[in-house]
Amino acid sequence: MSASKTDYSQLIPAAIRDSFLKLDPREQVKNPVMLVVFLGAIWTTITLFTSFSGFNLQIALWLWFTVLFANFAEAMAEGRGKAQANALRQARTQTMARRLRNGAEERVASTELRKGDLVVCEANDPIPADGEVIEGVASVDEAAITGESAPVIRESGGDHSAVTGGTRVLSDRIVIRISADPGAGFLDRMISMVEGARRQKTPNEIALGILLVSITVLFLFAVFTLPAFSAYSEQAAGQQGVVNTSAPVLVSLLVCLIPTTIGALLSAIGISGIDRMIRRNVIATSGRAVEAAGDIDVLLLDKTGTITLGNRMATSFHPAPGVEERQLAEAAQLSSLADETPEGRSIVVLAKDLHGLRARDFHPSHVDFVPFTAQTRMSGINIKVDDHGAPMTTRCIRKGAAEAIRQEVERQGGKFPSQVRNAVEAISKAGGTPLVVAEGVTVLGVIHLKDVVKGGIKERFSQLRKMGIRTVMITGDNPTTAAAIAAEAGVDEFMAEATPEMKLQRIRAEQAEGHLVAMTGDGTNDAPALAQADVGVAMNTGTQAAREAGNMVDLDSNPTKLIEVVEIGKQLLMTRGALTTFSIANDVAKYFAILPAMFAALYALKPGAPGPLAALNIMGLHSPESAILSAVIFNALIIIALIPLALRGVAYRATGASQVLLRNIIIYGLGGVIAPFVGIKLIDMLLVALHLA
Amino acid sequence: MFALDILQAALFAAALILLTPPLGLYMALVLEGRWRFLAPVETAIYRLCGIRELREMSWRQYTGALIAFNVIGLAVLLAILMGQGFLPLNPQNLPGMKFFLALNTAISFVTNTNWQAYSGEAALSYFSQMAGLTVQNFVSPAVGVAVMLGLIRGFVRRTGTTVGNLWADLVRSVLYILLPLAILFAIVLAGQGVVQNLSGYVTATTVEGAQQAIPMGPAASQIAIKQLGTNGGGFFGVNSAHPFENPTPLTNFLELLAIFLIPASLTYTFGIMVGDRRQGWALFGAMFILFLAGFTASWWAESQPNPITHVPINMEGKEQRFGVMNSVLWSTVTTDASNGSVNSMHDSLSPMAGMVAMLNIKLGEVIYGGVGAGMYGMLMYVLLTVFIAGLMVGRTPEYLGKKIEAREVRLAVIALFVPSGLILVAAAIASSIPAGLSSLANAGPHGLSEILYAFASALGNNGSAFAGLTVDTPFYNLMLGAGMLVGRFIVIIPALMIAGSMVRKTAAPPSPGTFPTNTPLFAVLLVSVILIVSALFFLPALTLGPISEHMVMLQGRTF
Repeated sequence: MSASKTDYSQLIPAAIRDSFLKLDPREQVKNPVMLVVFLGAIWTTITLFTSFSGFNLQIALWLWFTVLFANFAEAMAEGRGKAQANALRQARTQTMARRLRNGAEERVASTELRKGDLVVCEANDPIPADGEVIEGVASVDEAAITGESAPVIRESGGDHSAVTGGTRVLSDRIVIRISADPGAGFLDRMISMVEGARRQKTPNEIALGILLVSITVLFLFAVFTLPAFSAYSEQAAGQQGVVNTSAPVLVSLLVCLIPTTIGALLSAIGISGIDRMIRRNVIATSGRAVEAAGDIDVLLLDKTGTITLGNRMATSFHPAPGVEERQLAEAAQLSSLADETPEGRSIVVLAKDLHGLRARDFHPSHVDFVPFTAQTRMSGINIKVDDHGAPMTTRCIRKGAAEAIRQEVERQGGKFPSQVRNAVEAISKAGGTPLVVAEGVTVLGVIHLKDVVKGGIKERFSQLRKMGIRTVMITGDNPTTAAAIAAEAGVDEFMAEATPEMKLQRIRAEQAEGHLVAMTGDGTNDAPALAQADVGVAMNTGTQAAREAGNMVDLDSNPTKLIEVVEIGKQLLMTRGALTTFSIANDVAKYFAILPAMFAALYALKPGAPGPLAALNIMGLHSPESAILSAVIFNALIIIALIPLALRGVAYRATGASQVLLRNIIIYGLGGVIAPFVGIKLIDMLLVALHLA
Repeated sequence: MFALDILQAALFAAALILLTPPLGLYMALVLEGRWRFLAPVETAIYRLCGIRELREMSWRQYTGALIAFNVIGLAVLLAILMGQGFLPLNPQNLPGMKFFLALNTAISFVTNTNWQAYSGEAALSYFSQMAGLTVQNFVSPAVGVAVMLGLIRGFVRRTGTTVGNLWADLVRSVLYILLPLAILFAIVLAGQGVVQNLSGYVTATTVEGAQQAIPMGPAASQIAIKQLGTNGGGFFGVNSAHPFENPTPLTNFLELLAIFLIPASLTYTFGIMVGDRRQGWALFGAMFILFLAGFTASWWAESQPNPITHVPINMEGKEQRFGVMNSVLWSTVTTDASNGSVNSMHDSLSPMAGMVAMLNIKLGEVIYGGVGAGMYGMLMYVLLTVFIAGLMVGRTPEYLGKKIEAREVRLAVIALFVPSGLILVAAAIASSIPAGLSSLANAGPHGLSEILYAFASALGNNGSAFAGLTVDTPFYNLMLGAGMLVGRFIVIIPALMIAGSMVRKTAAPPSPGTFPTNTPLFAVLLVSVILIVSALFFLPALTLGPISEHMVMLQGRTF
């Protein structure tokens, strides 16, 4: 779904159309800052009927453009989501379902299904609504929501039991218990999130909104007390009517001073934050969750799948005294030929990688494979022929836990060398798993199996540390193993022999200390912790309970993505702060454009000559009209210019707050002071060249 | 000459920086009750007043007690002023004050403004000065300290929902800080020649043979607390320009220092209370930057030759014995801190220096500011700064570990923006109606500056004035009186409400991802926000007032 690139050729015309539709006053009241611009535009337009001039007309037009540009920004942000929502809607087309009632099947429309109903799905049936598999196992095509074409397995019990309405069964038969009423399903929630239709303002957005409205009100005072001060000054100067306090000029000053830039882009920033999540195949159930992600300072990460690849791998051979390593490798490989576990396969691969040993094919009659059993705790092979196929004394090769091999060897009268015992202990202490290999009564050596930490994860954690985020590894391993992996992966803390209850306790403890905690989970027993965490990312492959408990769902079911989720949250807040700072910093230059223009003739020594306040025109703008117009135009165009930034988010780097702050202050604070001086001057020159002012 | 001026200014700055840590530490110890060397007196006061000093108050109780305390103080002071004719210690037999003036004066002293629409020696008996005004001179800064303590506790407390005990805070502020410092300072002042007696005015015959009444009175004791408590209400009408208030260069230096002493040291007290001294120094730094910028600009403006009269430096309205540097240092310091005492006439400052003084007040009296008031005012700006810029590090804004959310933003902008808005609205009204305009002594842009200054001074609780405006009229007495009340409580109440909401919040421990508020960068950021948000707001009005005045002066035009 979201892998597709945004199609701007369709998006932009639609957004332009929406910009005009959003002129509806009911839409405008939602954004008080832009409402002031909207009302100012109306007022200025009305003034045109009483005092028409080219200047007033241009001001009116640019005020309307300002409103439209703000609408456009919001429409663009919404438009990107709408395209995705439409794709999702197609998956939600009404289907027929086979409902089970008292053991009998009946065909009903999917919209008639209610929570708790049981339905049957067989190959090629669409799954009519969200639910839990309670019987059977099936492969399911979930491309409609995840964009991933490979089918996934869904089965009753365990952590892979949730199915989503709108996906399709490819094989086999399952019975599903419906878990969502029509319109309340996962797909419906996804659509409404993507569209931003029922978007609620997040806490930080509300707080920022209050600040922006306050600044707006403050400047209303500054601007509308000005006629009184001007009247006083005109009287003092003996120059009646020399200060232009007409509606267009006052509105221009007001619009330039109130934080229109951030006011216009605020909702676009919020929508695009959610959009960026969706692009990474993460569905947040609320904007609040995205925002909270930025505040996270503790990450609880499951070891398996997130920090390590998930399976233990053979990494080295440790031969017994008097044994060649190659000999050990060969025996280990032979013993693992029939071992289809990932560990077994990794031994075969390691033997090939280190010693160039090719896996050999045996005729089934020439060998006996000895499978692993809980009783023997060993597996291996009995080979009855030599390399040329000639019969020979049977070679009995075994690999297994050190204790099991020791007992077996000693039972047959062999000896378990102390060097091997030491090697076994050393490997255990390092957090690895030792497998001892023996042939007959001879112990050949030890294979070192260990959890392999994902490449690049250590760097990722050190970045997180710089950002002030602490990582806690959760594992069921014993403390020794856990400590070794924690050290190798570079996590800050670990919880060994962890149970879901311990996870929940840990989250509560962290929160009590003021930390905000994020975690991922997929099992039903993760649900309480997912619900308790400030950001709980459920895996899409997980159970329905987990998906309900979390406030985000990762469609790719990739636990590492939690880190990206945090980054997106931070980027959202940073973008908001950067544009607010920029918007407020802009005021300096706008003052220097408009105030000298308004008061240029005041206290002039001769009528018609420039007054002393003209000296404040430090930008050397051409005329009072061109100065005011340039400021208004700059104010409008900067909105358009910053739309890409609002949608994309400010550049993000994983460094400490101090560096991030310094960098952003220089770019958006200092830049915000300087940019309008340049912009307004350029626009003024252009206006003069075009004879517009 | 110039080198000596620089040396004096540097001495002032050095003394301020050096005294801040020890006094700040001392205040932290005594205010939190960790060092109670006057315990018997303190306990006696508690028992006498029926105070249970260990009983913690919620922000509502704390605020309620504070308002009740001020209302009673206001009523008592009003009664004393109006009834001074019937009260003792009135050797000149001065009559009771008229209601509007008495109300204005009472509000003025209760709110730590000390706006004076009267002249002390001509209107007030010794009893009114000592039992009326001086009492408020002590308790009004104590109220400021109490509000600051409540707010700081809101930030630092990790458990509970209370913000302290108002009565204990008031008693400790007066007993351990204001009283000892004032006694010490009064003795030094008296030693330098500041009058301290209860005798009648002395009549002298001047060399020209004219009769002159020379006012007397218990001046030293009141001047000590007037400076230390950032009150500023002069014992005599011309305030610290009077030789009996400020007789020597040393008293001038010490009185200047006394204005900043407690407010500056409170930044250090803050640092100790929040457990990170650098937090305090960051605020001190921001204040110092603003102080230095204002002082330098004023000094420069006053040292320019007048383009009309071609006088090389501006000595109009200044005491010959203080000269330009000591006068502008005072005009900057007194407007930075909401003191309002003067040793030169602000109305005669050059337009730019006058604008600096006005702007210092309009920023909300946070450049060290009033005792306590400067800190809680500055903390409002800190919340605003953290909210605007804090987002840029990618986290929900937080200060000292506690999140700043919609409620705190709303309260902080009320505290910061309402006084600003009201200054402009009141000045707009005054400059539009005859009742406002008839009080003006000066035509042209300076008249507008006088009106703007008066309302800024009242709402900012400063109390100094551009004296050209006749303010003892019902219009100004009422408008300015209302302004002083609003200006004081529109900050105090939101500040305590913030304390109430902050104290309930869980604090996040600091990490490398936390927005740093204890660095020089933050101090610069804070200054920028103050200048961009507050100073720019006043720019249109200032353009028509002092800026016009300056530009017109450069053209050689007068009114």
